[in-house]
Amino acid sequence: MGEQYYLAAFIAISALATFATRVVPFLFFERHTEHPLVQHIGRYLPAAVMALLAIIFLQRSANWQSGFIGLDALIPGLLVVIIHLWRRNALLSIAVGTAVYMIVQQTGWLL
Amino acid sequence: MNHHTFRLTLPILFGYLPLGMAFGVLFATQLDYAWWVAPLMGLVIYAGSGQILAVSLLAANAGLVEVAIAMFVLNARHLFYGLSLLGQFRGAGWRKGYLIFGLTDETYSLLTSRPRSSDRQHEQELDFRITAFNQLYWIIGCAAGGLLGEMVSFNSTGIEFALVALFIVLTIEQVKTLGDGFPLWAGTFSAGIAMLLVPSTHQLIAAITIVTAVLLLHYRRLRLVTGEPNHG
Repeated sequence: MGEQYYLAAFIAISALATFATRVVPFLFFERHTEHPLVQHIGRYLPAAVMALLAIIFLQRSANWQSGFIGLDALIPGLLVVIIHLWRRNALLSIAVGTAVYMIVQQTGWLL
Repeated sequence: MNHHTFRLTLPILFGYLPLGMAFGVLFATQLDYAWWVAPLMGLVIYAGSGQILAVSLLAANAGLVEVAIAMFVLNARHLFYGLSLLGQFRGAGWRKGYLIFGLTDETYSLLTSRPRSSDRQHEQELDFRITAFNQLYWIIGCAAGGLLGEMVSFNSTGIEFALVALFIVLTIEQVKTLGDGFPLWAGTFSAGIAMLLVPSTHQLIAAITIVTAVLLLHYRRLRLVTGEPNHG
């Protein structure tokens, strides 16, 4: 598969999958909004999926082979948590965490 | 009406321009595609965390089935936005398709929290304009970021951590809104099992499957214990 075809297919599939999450309730759920299983999943799934994505991508950002076993990503990650609990400003938390991670990676501290 | 829409959507403008730019810079610095693919994704996909996840999936040359599942599940919270807007969008005619397409977190929170008059047609027209303005801000942000990332050369090593930071922030926000730490432990547990047992290319799908199973078991247990899941 050529690179351009892959990109086009990738974007088309991402667009369809995203639109599907938005349109499904309007197509199928008109009669099932009160079902307790639907409400249960609706209540817990979004937060659970965010948590698993945070953990998986945090683990992939870290260097586990170094003497500091993953601290190069765990410290910036912890910083995001602390700053966010403190100020509740999403952009600030993301900017500071990313900047610290970039500094760590580029200067080679903790690697 | 456009002036009114602009005032209503101003907070979204301040959120979408920088986040769209972050996505654009990430896209242009991590991948070799042309900068304008970034705003194109903002036009046809239109999902903040989805597009940022897409950058790392593109970088990893992920299989298209994995892309479809990851995108669907990442955006699965939107399933539950629609549920609460079924009535509000009823009878919106040709606008309805776009209202549904443009149902992002921010648009949802604005549409469900703004005061509404009894003039249904007028309110649906305003909903439509709000959705379009928000998407326009997002596309402008993506384009500006894509251009910036392509023109300005700087050492961008490590910038992909923005994705991790975004997921951490969204997790905290979700758990705080919910007032219940259970999904945090369910997600962490599922990710941990997947990372221990499965090679990294299939970890995402494995973790999503495990977490769904955990939630189903949790539902069954609540029903057995109380006869009714506790949603107080």
